[in-house]
Amino acid sequence: MMNVAFDVNGRQVDVQVEPRITLADCLRHDLRLTGTHVGCEHGVCGACTVMVDGAAVRSCLILAVQMQDAKIITVEGISGDDALTPLQAAFRKHFTVQCGFCTPGFLMTAHALLTDEPDASEERIRDVLSGNLCRCTGYIPIIQAVLDARAAYQNQARSAAT
Amino acid sequence: MKLPKFEYANPTTLQEAVALLAAGSGNAMLLAGGQSLVPILAFRLATPSMLVDIGRIAGLDTIEIDDAGIHLGARVRWCDIEADTNLATAHPLLAAAIAHVAHYSIRKRGTVGGSLAHADPAAEMPGIAVACDAEITIIGPAGSRLVPAGNFFLGPLTTVLAPDELITEIRFPPWPTARRWGFQEFARRRGDFALAGVAAFYDLDSLGHAVNTHIGVIGVNDRPLRLTTAEAVLDGRAVDVDTITATAEMAAQAVDPPNDIHGTSRYRRALLGTLVERALTDAVNRT
Amino acid sequence: MTALNSYVGQAVERIEDLRLLRGRGQFVDDLHLDGMLHAAILRSAIPHGRILVLDTTAALALPGVVAVITAADVGSPIPTIPLRLAPQIDLVPYEQPVIATGKVRYVGEPIAVVVAESAAIAEDALDLIVVEIGSLPPCVDTGTAITNQSLLFEETGTNLALTYTAVLGDAAGAFAAATTDEFYVRCERLDTQRHTATTMETRGLIGQWDSKKQHLTVYGAAKVPFASRAMLARQIGLPESSIDLIAGDVGGGFGMRGEFYPEDFLIPFAARHVNRPVKWIEDRREHLLTCNHAREFDCEIELLCRRDGTILAVRGNVNGNIGAYIRSNATIAPRNLAQCFSGPYRIPNINIESTMVVTNKTPTGTYRGPGRFEADFFRERMFDIVADDLGIDPVAFRRRNLLTKDEIPAKLATLTPVLSEDHLDSGDYLETLDRCLGEFGWAEKTKLKGRLIGGRYHGVGVGCFVEGGAVGPRENARMVVEGDGSVSVYVGSTMVGQGLETICVQIAADALELPMEQIRIFHGSTTYLHEGFGSFGSRSTVMGGSAIIAAAENLKHNIRTAAALRLNCAAEDIILEAGLATSPDGNVVRWTELPPENLQSAGTYSSNQRTYAYGTHAAHVAVDAKTGHVEVVDYVAVGDVGRVINPKTLHGQVVGAIVQGLGSTFLEHLVYDTEGQLLTGSLADYLLPTATDYPNIRVYDQENYPSPNNPLGAKGAGEGGLIPVGGVIANAIASALGVQPKSLPMSPSRVWELINF
Repeated sequence: MMNVAFDVNGRQVDVQVEPRITLADCLRHDLRLTGTHVGCEHGVCGACTVMVDGAAVRSCLILAVQMQDAKIITVEGISGDDALTPLQAAFRKHFTVQCGFCTPGFLMTAHALLTDEPDASEERIRDVLSGNLCRCTGYIPIIQAVLDARAAYQNQARSAAT
Repeated sequence: MKLPKFEYANPTTLQEAVALLAAGSGNAMLLAGGQSLVPILAFRLATPSMLVDIGRIAGLDTIEIDDAGIHLGARVRWCDIEADTNLATAHPLLAAAIAHVAHYSIRKRGTVGGSLAHADPAAEMPGIAVACDAEITIIGPAGSRLVPAGNFFLGPLTTVLAPDELITEIRFPPWPTARRWGFQEFARRRGDFALAGVAAFYDLDSLGHAVNTHIGVIGVNDRPLRLTTAEAVLDGRAVDVDTITATAEMAAQAVDPPNDIHGTSRYRRALLGTLVERALTDAVNRT
Repeated sequence: MTALNSYVGQAVERIEDLRLLRGRGQFVDDLHLDGMLHAAILRSAIPHGRILVLDTTAALALPGVVAVITAADVGSPIPTIPLRLAPQIDLVPYEQPVIATGKVRYVGEPIAVVVAESAAIAEDALDLIVVEIGSLPPCVDTGTAITNQSLLFEETGTNLALTYTAVLGDAAGAFAAATTDEFYVRCERLDTQRHTATTMETRGLIGQWDSKKQHLTVYGAAKVPFASRAMLARQIGLPESSIDLIAGDVGGGFGMRGEFYPEDFLIPFAARHVNRPVKWIEDRREHLLTCNHAREFDCEIELLCRRDGTILAVRGNVNGNIGAYIRSNATIAPRNLAQCFSGPYRIPNINIESTMVVTNKTPTGTYRGPGRFEADFFRERMFDIVADDLGIDPVAFRRRNLLTKDEIPAKLATLTPVLSEDHLDSGDYLETLDRCLGEFGWAEKTKLKGRLIGGRYHGVGVGCFVEGGAVGPRENARMVVEGDGSVSVYVGSTMVGQGLETICVQIAADALELPMEQIRIFHGSTTYLHEGFGSFGSRSTVMGGSAIIAAAENLKHNIRTAAALRLNCAAEDIILEAGLATSPDGNVVRWTELPPENLQSAGTYSSNQRTYAYGTHAAHVAVDAKTGHVEVVDYVAVGDVGRVINPKTLHGQVVGAIVQGLGSTFLEHLVYDTEGQLLTGSLADYLLPTATDYPNIRVYDQENYPSPNNPLGAKGAGEGGLIPVGGVIANAIASALGVQPKSLPMSPSRVWELINF
């Protein structure tokens, strides 16, 4: 067992885990942050996507013990209790959620992408999201929702710049 | 698909890393980005006694461009290559090939060294390394050695790396701006491993004939290869529809692809010919 | 007053989204129970053989392992999994035992269950179990299995478990009479490939045994919890009242999830065995290997028509590669394929035999549009092959043979055994054909047929389909007015991702004339109702929705009756509005002031009449003949669903189903080698569509022909989008290249081989 300390959604945590425990399983079962989902455990489906130090990554391919001093954001960290965020509201407006299992992975990937590239084109969005699998929606409403959410990220980027 | 048990070490120097590998008696494995290794562990296709994480070793993640060429540290990630605007002009073929690797979130973690050491016969990095006569720097207990990429890959998922060695850098020879090049890959979906891929380039002599032709291929053999017999068809000749066709035909003859779940051997052979033709046509037409 | 039908028909944003978007869903792996242990399953690595040695000693000795369960612990006789749908006495010998005993018949069959402190330790222990299996020759394809050289079930003497026959008119007579030149006969062999639903969430269960109350709770139920409870009760020797199956959030079903699998016995059994909660979460490798496979059929079909294209008869035989056991709903696809082969077309004489052949592969079950996707591929390909040979335009061929609206209701072929007769209920198939051709731009696009443009060959295809839905026999709902005036609605339908909660609340809100915010929906779990039938066969809107309407009517009746007593007037004169009951002379009482026993109701909706949504799809493809790559340049779907409850959730289902259909047509294939080993054991090899593959899809939903068979007028609509895709795309590829595909998937290699054979 090893000790690892890192920041999750703005909160410092300290866990004791075997080296073989993935970040996905550590988040879900040690920290009970079950919003991040595990769909394949071999890095193909993207359901486990979280942000580590600003980058969208597949948490099933990361060992928890690699996360010393890391800053991690999960879907819980980009959600509020009251209103839906602009990205979530766009998802709801476009009916992008059916079973909801892939949804956190898509939200995290879209959030990471639009944070870095608020002007991302449809082609770029589609290309980036090709790394997340969805079985229910056929993707078209997801792309529409992410396109719609750009405005909020563009506004944020503009006000950050001023 | 929970991972098998292993110990974990996180050294800060290359010497420590080498010592840990040596002490593992062949049962320790290196962890860089983990994008290839962790799935292997999840399927329990490997059961190492220890993972040696090289993530904290300084000096392995830089991109340097100098007179000796393009130096990529072993821990350079795909996203680093994508973000380096100098690289796109310094080695456009490298940049074009790497654009096909995997997906956004994998590109944030996957590394150059990891891909070379993993040696998937359909991966872009090994293919580009072989196509461009790159040189790989390896260190082990006995010190460092240089291995030309053409000698580095022995077979599927097999390289010359000893269990106590690791890659520190790969160097691509300098790229003349006048060079003609093309990259063509065919995969079932965006980001998938290639059913076949071609990285081709040539220079032009004073007569406007191709010289120094390089045709590197992935996905159609047990490791990336340069197709020297096809290269010989083009060398010394003008590059036009006829010579391109002849080169492509020779290329298709020169490979021995497997039958597998994604395609028949005949199909892959024909596909390779088509991709050689298209890569060389791109090379001619590129402005 | 809330206007009637103010919610039904509206694109109400989904209630479920509020938790799912925040990562606050409750999928089974999200649950953590005190003292919970974890299970891993040892599975056969041999496709066919006898178990000679099974030694669990070393596994039991591993620290952290609590138990290793084998057939010896389950006891004799080992329970089997019965058929839930269309049971038949002849199929009983082919039922799957809940754990392998004596023989193994497919790679993946459960042999032992390890229970340990963590999932990782349980998996470590699997390697320590010593298993020796004496191999027997495996049958992988139906051709081998049919010879009966190697029997899966020696006691039955045959691998041909059962043959269904679908009959309409007199096909033999029609063929026999077709002796002159005015008739045309074409015979073809076609096949569809094994693939599977592949939900994003794998299966999972938690069993919890309360030894004091002798009560078993199972989390992770889906689709048909009441039926599963009944099966488990018989297998485990408990009364149904001692078992509850709890349905939470579920990551997709598509017909696969929720059927009774071996684990649905093994995990609850394990929980009782160790007297601690036991969780099992299927991993993706197991999922591809062991959840119900589907769609592997090969056929020989003969079509008889006049030279003008008028179809007179179809006959043929179909073999279904059913896998090693006949599982709970394995009969549905072979039955639907035969019975609904004709789709929306007029085929006056039909004789199709559909045989279930057992093989040493994973057992099969339903996947969205079971048997229908396959039938459409076979039928629509036959149509274009025949039309092409006769020089008839494919649209004209279909126009001539589609049933007109005056011919509907129209009888489908009668199916035996387990006699089934069915009718197409309502519709105008020519209307959706015309609308589809118009929206698609068929007149212009068909001019591109076979043309080489920019290095690619262009082609177009069209196909018409029907979707059977609203499977009976009934559904139940109940309602309770709570102390705060809200209404709790309990329904036997289950959530699989289809927006069930929102649909149900829309229907309940309109029926009760209350705002949606005042209604809470509870679904699926056996704790909510005495009996429920679940979500399958596109039934939950019609059956669950109609049950809710019945419960609402009963609730209003009960409230009126109680209010009338209180307010001293006739019940029929009471006006109900926004939680108040008002008498003709203006006296008012709050519903919540009435006796609680009057503030409840139950409702049941029964029907054995299926509904048939229908439509037409068209596709434009561009094929790179050198690489075999096919781009779907445009895909247009027109569907009539009778009554639209929520246009956006419907639209989303249709788009999703079409993309699944495109995956079935181009990408997805569960490939076995000749030794019975599955080669596509991960998502790197079993390919699913991604966001870049099929962006060009246009869907038009309409509701011009309600079903006469239920109070909503609705028709089940969850599967239609998938059904015609294979036939339409294959026909488009045929028109582009002048080749005749007869086999799926249309992978680049197969397309190339068709051109370069």
